[in-house]
Amino acid sequence: MTAKTIRLIALMLLAVALWFWFARGANRGWTKDRQPRQSTDPVTGLVGVSYENRFVPGVDFLGAACLASSFLFGISFMFRNKQIST
Amino acid sequence: MKTTLPLTIAVVCLGGAVLAAPETFDFKDPKGINNAGFKLDAPLEAINGSASGVSGTVTFDPADPASTKGKIVVASNSLQLPNQMQMHHMQGEKWLDVAKFPEITFESLSFKNVHTDGDSTTADVTGLFSVKGNSKEITAPVKLTYLKDKLGQRLPGKNGDLLVIRSNFSIKRSDFGINPGQFEDKVSETIEINLSIAGASAR
Repeated sequence: MTAKTIRLIALMLLAVALWFWFARGANRGWTKDRQPRQSTDPVTGLVGVSYENRFVPGVDFLGAACLASSFLFGISFMFRNKQIST
Repeated sequence: MKTTLPLTIAVVCLGGAVLAAPETFDFKDPKGINNAGFKLDAPLEAINGSASGVSGTVTFDPADPASTKGKIVVASNSLQLPNQMQMHHMQGEKWLDVAKFPEITFESLSFKNVHTDGDSTTADVTGLFSVKGNSKEITAPVKLTYLKDKLGQRLPGKNGDLLVIRSNFSIKRSDFGINPGQFEDKVSETIEINLSIAGASAR
């Protein structure tokens, strides 16, 4: 595995994490694994809250992805790129 | 004529008393709508959750709202958060210790500043609020809405009345021994609570 490959993997990891974060609503709070669902009772006007399982990545998820990507990028310097002989 | 008038007045008063008798409302909600929401400020994002395990009874007389009394109970293990790990910490020994203290209760002692407008009554209710085995007298604004003959619309096949109670108030977690003095930079001392519940009085 070359340094270039590892850096590419690092970049893809960051890109996928960013895409996933955006796709799940770009939550700027903490990561959640449940979402509240509201339902209104038409007779009393009260709003009930129930929870459904749904993973919503937050800034801590992005932070972890950045850290992992940076780590991979860092260790890529321990590998050599293929030298093309002329 | 002399005996008819007092008799008539007595009959009218008795009839009025029968019509305006206090009713007992049960707040265990088969539809699962009743909930108590809570909010605590925290860095980055406020902690918002809700509890659905509401029960209890309130006795309410539409003709005399100031005489309202009752007790509302919330099962402490029904408090939920959007993050399960955070929720387990909240229910754990250091915070609410739900295994040892399964109920959060509010028992009314008195109603003051009572104002009725149609079927809505606003008042300041003073009562004993108990969390984690610690009780404190608090006063909270409350709005009671009496919905006569509306139980059948909510629960088909049943006849009776509904009483909707709404209240927003706040407590300090140190007053109730909820991890007092700890993590104040991460979890605020003040807990805002909003109650939205409906009780049924079946006939």
